Amino acid sequence: MASKVIHAFYDDDDVLMLAVKKVKAAKHHIEEVYCPFPVHGLDKAMGLAPTRLAITSFLYGCVGLTVAVVMMNYIMIEDWPQDIGGKPSFSYLENMPSFVPIMFELTVFFAAHLMVITFFLRSRLWPFKDAENPDVRTTDDHFLMEIEIHNNEQELKDLLMDTGAVEINITEK
Amino acid sequence: MYTFSNRLKIASFILMAVGVLGMGIGFMAAPSTVEEAKAIVAAQGGGHGDAHAVEAEAHGADAQHGEAHDASHDQHLLHQLQNKPWSALYVAAFFFMMISLGVLAFYAIQRAAQAGWSPLLFRVMEGITAYLVPGGIAVFIILALSVAHMNHLFVWMDADVVANDKLLLGKAGYLNGPFFLIRAAIFLGGWILYREYSRKLSLAQDESNDDSNFKLNFRISAAFLVFYLITESIMSWDWIMSVDPHWFSTLFGWYIFASMFVSGITVIALVTIYLKSKGYLPDVNDSHIHDLAKFMFGISIFWTYLWFSQFMLIWYSNIPEEVTYFVSRIADYKLPFFGMVALNFLFPLLLLMNSEFKRVNWFVVMTGVVILFGHYLDIYTAIMPGTVGDQWSIGIPEISSVLFFLGMFIFFVFRALSKAPLQPKRNPFIEESKHFHY
Repeated sequence: MASKVIHAFYDDDDVLMLAVKKVKAAKHHIEEVYCPFPVHGLDKAMGLAPTRLAITSFLYGCVGLTVAVVMMNYIMIEDWPQDIGGKPSFSYLENMPSFVPIMFELTVFFAAHLMVITFFLRSRLWPFKDAENPDVRTTDDHFLMEIEIHNNEQELKDLLMDTGAVEINITEK
Repeated sequence: MYTFSNRLKIASFILMAVGVLGMGIGFMAAPSTVEEAKAIVAAQGGGHGDAHAVEAEAHGADAQHGEAHDASHDQHLLHQLQNKPWSALYVAAFFFMMISLGVLAFYAIQRAAQAGWSPLLFRVMEGITAYLVPGGIAVFIILALSVAHMNHLFVWMDADVVANDKLLLGKAGYLNGPFFLIRAAIFLGGWILYREYSRKLSLAQDESNDDSNFKLNFRISAAFLVFYLITESIMSWDWIMSVDPHWFSTLFGWYIFASMFVSGITVIALVTIYLKSKGYLPDVNDSHIHDLAKFMFGISIFWTYLWFSQFMLIWYSNIPEEVTYFVSRIADYKLPFFGMVALNFLFPLLLLMNSEFKRVNWFVVMTGVVILFGHYLDIYTAIMPGTVGDQWSIGIPEISSVLFFLGMFIFFVFRALSKAPLQPKRNPFIEESKHFHY
């Protein structure tokens, strides 16, 4: 279904932040904001739900830690018992200090890589994907705010001009 | 302008009085003869007594050693018990001195980095570093009394021991009383000089018309950091590592640095939260607390990294001359030694990992108290095995020493806080600090 949206362009992130706050204060729903770089605090100003990426990261870290423990226990203790540091105890717990670097590295490895992959999946990004941003200038020096129109075109236009937009377009989506 | 409330002042005096009383009891209870020392150990009974009985049997079976060894063992025991109140005093004195020194380093880094977020906290930091003067002098007096043979904290100060010890003879050119005190005086003198000068410039900047004081402060802070990193490292060898004079570790300076840095930052957070709760520091917002909590979290992990790096290499290679350090700690100090790793690592890791928790003041306070207790134990397990051996306990002398220096710390810190406006007026970055927002 085609719907009409209004595109307001800004050329400064501070102006954009103020504009977002004003539009939110006027009780309009902001569909999306396209930026050439991350703008600090924009997510809070837009009222987006806080990201749950950190929780997934913590869980991935726990998985990595578990993998390291199970793996080192199998390799160094069960499958081919090793005499570690001249202490042939063949106990995982007693040899644990020598496994700590591996436990640490795999925790970081799992947390970092799986978090990035999750981020790509959640943002629906994959290689060779066509860009979704409506205007190429948002990859350079312009910010774009997209608001859906519900028979209030003129009102929105006035409001956005007021907030310091440098250009306003109406397009079908 | 902060006024030192009477209640807090009285509380600090009570802490000091109780501390003095308890330390007096500790010194009175210390044995003065071998017989008294043996009686104390026998009265303790339980685990300690049994261990000694077994040890005595083992000694008895060894005909080579005979009675001479038993006598030297008893003498050793006497020295350990005599050391106990001294060690308790020294650990507490060093711990609080270390907090203000850690804050001084943090402050110098903020100055040298021209950080924009922290100028609102400068007066808090300057207040805490005011304790460096009395606290540093207290440590210096204890060290001087050690050199004067008032106690046996540092075994290398005993001429008889050194004469029969090839390794200590080799180190005598460095580890000797006069040079030790000269070094201590240079370290403390340099730190106190920077602290006083930087504070003077910081106050002068408020009344000045240009930024020359600020720029000069930037330059001396950068120079101080060079001086500090070298002297802090040597200080840690002198004042802590040399209680085990045979043992050495090349990253010991960093390890003690991490301990003092995280304790210092924690105290900045605690004092800031306290002052805010009393209605001062109106411009300090959640983001400032958040940043301090991030440092507490990060430096706790950094401390663990250094602790583990030191532990794992020595544990793995298992060379007798190195591993004795950990053998004595694991044999006699298992609970405090591993307990403090858990307190200093797991608690901050789990409690401060969540971004939201770093802005919840009572959460930061709770974690901060755990961190401070953990780092007290850190210094405790660094000093005690070399001075009192397996005769350790946390009783009246230890607790009252902490109370005494806590009272002194509170008194000098809050007295210094009341002497100048809590918010710097003309710091060029003050506006940025006020609007600091995460």
